[in-house]
Amino acid sequence: MNKNRSKEYDVIIIGGGATGAGTARDCAMRGLSVLLVERHDFATGATGRNHGLLHSGARYAVTDHESAAECIEENMILRKIANHCIEENDGLFLTLPEDDIAFQSQFVDACSSAGISTEIIDPKLALQMEPSANPDLIGAVRVPDGSVDPFRLTMSNALDARLHGTDILTQHEVTDILKEQDRVIGVELFDHGKKEKVNYYGKIVCNAAGIWGHHIANFAGVNINMFPAKGSLLIFGHRVNKMVLNRCRKPANADILVPGDTICLIGTTSERIPIEEIDNMYVSKDDVDVLIREGVKLSPSLATTRILRAYAGVRPLVAADDDPSGRSISRGIVLMDHKERDGLEGFVTITGGKLMTYRLMAEEATDLICKKLSVDKKCETASIPLPGSEKSEETLSNAGNKIYTGASITQKSAKDRHGSLAHKIANGDSNEDSMVCECEGVSIGEVKYAINELHVNNLIDLRRRTRVGMGTCQGELCACRAAGLLCESMEEAGKAKDDLANFLQERWKGMSPIAWGETINEIQFTSWIYEGIYGLKPENN
Amino acid sequence: MKKEIFKPYNVSDNNFEQCVKCTICTVYCPVLEVNPDYPGPKQSGPDGERMRLKDPEFYDEALKLCLNCKRCEVACPSGVKIGDIIQSARIKYSKSKPKLRDMILANTDIVGTMASTFAPIVNTAVALKPVRKVMDSVLKIDHHRMFPKYTGLRFETWYRRYAEKKQKEFKKHVSYFHGCYVNYNFPQLGKDLIKIMNAAGYGVHLLEKEKCCGVALISNGLIKQATKQAKHNVEAFKKSIVDKNMPVISTSSTCIFTIRDEYPHLLGVKNEEIRDESELATRFLFRLIDEGKLKLAFKKNYKKRIAYHTPCHMEKLGWSIYSTTLLRMIPGLEFVNLESQCCGIAGTYGFKKENYETSQEVGKPLFEQIEKSKVDFVATDCETCKWQIEMSTSNKVQHPVSILAEAIDVEATMKLWQE
Ligand SMILES: Cc1cc2nc3c(=O)[nH]c(=O)nc-3n(C[C@H](O)[C@H](O)[C@H](O)COP(=O)(O)OP(=O)(O)OC[C@H]3O[C@@H](n4cnc5c(N)ncnc54)[C@H](O)[C@@H]3O)c2cc1C
Ligand code: SF4
Ligand code: SF4
Repeated sequence: MNKNRSKEYDVIIIGGGATGAGTARDCAMRGLSVLLVERHDFATGATGRNHGLLHSGARYAVTDHESAAECIEENMILRKIANHCIEENDGLFLTLPEDDIAFQSQFVDACSSAGISTEIIDPKLALQMEPSANPDLIGAVRVPDGSVDPFRLTMSNALDARLHGTDILTQHEVTDILKEQDRVIGVELFDHGKKEKVNYYGKIVCNAAGIWGHHIANFAGVNINMFPAKGSLLIFGHRVNKMVLNRCRKPANADILVPGDTICLIGTTSERIPIEEIDNMYVSKDDVDVLIREGVKLSPSLATTRILRAYAGVRPLVAADDDPSGRSISRGIVLMDHKERDGLEGFVTITGGKLMTYRLMAEEATDLICKKLSVDKKCETASIPLPGSEKSEETLSNAGNKIYTGASITQKSAKDRHGSLAHKIANGDSNEDSMVCECEGVSIGEVKYAINELHVNNLIDLRRRTRVGMGTCQGELCACRAAGLLCESMEEAGKAKDDLANFLQERWKGMSPIAWGETINEIQFTSWIYEGIYGLKPENN
Repeated sequence: MKKEIFKPYNVSDNNFEQCVKCTICTVYCPVLEVNPDYPGPKQSGPDGERMRLKDPEFYDEALKLCLNCKRCEVACPSGVKIGDIIQSARIKYSKSKPKLRDMILANTDIVGTMASTFAPIVNTAVALKPVRKVMDSVLKIDHHRMFPKYTGLRFETWYRRYAEKKQKEFKKHVSYFHGCYVNYNFPQLGKDLIKIMNAAGYGVHLLEKEKCCGVALISNGLIKQATKQAKHNVEAFKKSIVDKNMPVISTSSTCIFTIRDEYPHLLGVKNEEIRDESELATRFLFRLIDEGKLKLAFKKNYKKRIAYHTPCHMEKLGWSIYSTTLLRMIPGLEFVNLESQCCGIAGTYGFKKENYETSQEVGKPLFEQIEKSKVDFVATDCETCKWQIEMSTSNKVQHPVSILAEAIDVEATMKLWQE
């Protein structure tokens, strides 16, 4: 075991979700020496398993004024600092015949008191703006909703943290919190790559492990009463809607349809689950039924649209009262100084909140950490853009104009995904421009860039960085190509085969709850290719 | 990244999400094989459509390289209407405006009217080298291209003068959609059709003012005008089919394909009432023979070796079998079936300077096959294939209807049904 204490960080941050990555960035920008540890990969917790809705706050306006106000403020900030991770689609809150139209004015009032701009739209005009909306609608309100790509957002934060000197360890799981008397001094990690334990030391340990913060706190000997609320979602094969569609009523099941990148998502359900089940994210048949049944009310064409996957995530809410549905409790930010709460020095927990408010959470956590370390530097994350979101002359429309070839799709996609960093992806070279993933337009150059610069350990990580395998074929054509490239640069052949099998298994996991129609055809074809032609066997998994 | 949100757009059109990414279409695309700048049917079609739904900026102008041959659609095992997806995307998203050249090429009927009025002058002029040089550099119409000759006596005029009266003598009747080519360039084909149909006991009538089917307007992006003409034609077809119970036949595979399939798919012009009764003359005849309602008698001394080329739209319609079966009925006709391949012209596509090379590369294997086949002439149902093959090989091309007209024994055939 590593007993070397020569390197002591100012702060060790646990959890590579948006909150952890954002806190690492903020701490590093304020001049702290930072270690960010994550047990799997970035955005593998709730951050990578949510709706990707860039809330305007309207959804909470009536029930939770504080969250609504936080949302709209952060919404406006993210438009500036993270423009390559978000889409300013705007949203419509639809009133359907079965809803109470009187709610609309209450809703509009609540929005304006939270600072959210609204515009009541004539149903006919609303249908023109969003032809996929339910034509029976009797009312519509436009709000500044949008979508956010959580993978990109988290990675950009991690990337910037690294640029500011943060050390990053993925595949490192916290297995214990090291203490000296009533003071936390570091973490014990299990390195999943090397399969060994290692200790790291820091003046402050920040618990940003989302719902798993419950366990982390236990390691430190304190108790946080988490309220795990599972939510399931369905991904459709392409965009049906251009604007975010919501129901204009009190939040309920499956009442948001979010367009995000090439797909759209309907969600979510909400169900309290025991803390023991937070690593077991299955989607039940009933969940799927509810999602389709309710989704079709927002946009009838969903009934005939191909479903790509189903998945679920757990909201990291902190239990406040005994509400069994978990919906009416505040989505507010929870920041705990365990010195004050439990008499434990050097330990801080940041949780609750939303993806939307990750930056604010990071700011509040960093303010506290800085105060503890007597560092006096102001937060700048609200004004300095993330890497990739800096202003750039290049727009999507001229990204592919340099050469007149089929490579235009890969160039535009790279620009879309990596913003102003797209120039790091070689283009104009017909080999580098050739496609790995055809559904999502990922080029060889982009895969190489991700492998070299974006902390990729395996194919699944690569998917989160580039969208390889996220299209309708779910890895059928691209998985083997990507595996080849990854193998060239890092893995031994035997391991690559297992990696490929894992990747395909992970894809299948998301498809199995909705495996019918084209999806079952596709998966059949995929297994035929990989088992039949490439000889991949079950024991590779 | 603020995006335009007011434009309505379609959901799951043309079965695009049925694509299982098998990539078979890509193998069958004649353009992709010769021009690596073209993204290919899968990328331009179902894959690209997802991107374009995400953001219209993903539209790639390279889609104009598509010949609209629909060979990808024929190949697709999942029934994805790839060609339609690509053409609809061009209609919806293309920002490049049709050029003067495109307007000239697209307006086959207006240009035809003018050109046939001044046929001798136009024919000599466009055949002259200096004129072709100017067309090449100013209009970007490739100088290798010879325009088909324009006729001095339009088919419609000929028909009214010499044929119309006689048609009333028959008991059964059909309408004939002759298309621009027969009217302005090659009235003989129309005359041949009348000869056969009359021999078979059918009177042939013209529609109440047919308009150009609009295929060239569609491929050159002149959608408004194409839609107007489509609506006009559907009405004219209705008058014949619904009101007078007279089916409409045509000798142009492209015209009939456009009217049957492209009208509803690309222009959104409904045609259910007329679709089933609008077909190719060869299919019409075949069906009569097949049902035992007609017999053809042929001349004894006819002797020719011919090769049949399957035009892309015949492949898509699945109708070449009707033309070839009829041809094979002719005693003394030695029949060679050419491998089904695109000739590369695709209507006005190959006339454009920037497409000339691609066009010839696409057709090359076909031309080689034709040269090797040592036939008296080539048979095909499409007029633009005819130009391309005549421009690119040493062979002449005949329409199956013209071949039938030459081989048929009119008197003997008439006797068969008059008995
Ligand atoms: C179904 C659903 C829909 C949602 N929709 C939205 C939405 O539309 N908009 C929005 O703004 N918010 C939404 N949310 C909320 C949002 O997803 C979360 O609030 C947010 O992602 C939490 O991020 P986090 O970084 O705090 O936690 P997480 O993303 O869960 O990060 C915790 C990280 O800690 C790591 N970790 C755990 N244990 C250990 C360990 N022992 N050692 C090292 N690392 C460890 C995990 O692997 C994980 O990566 C939704 C949530 C759910 C469940
Ligand atoms: S229509 Fe023809 S040219 Fe166009 S993509 Fe299909 S096969 Fe290729
Ligand atoms: S042939 Fe059809 S199913 Fe196969 S890739 Fe092409 S469009 Fe998709």
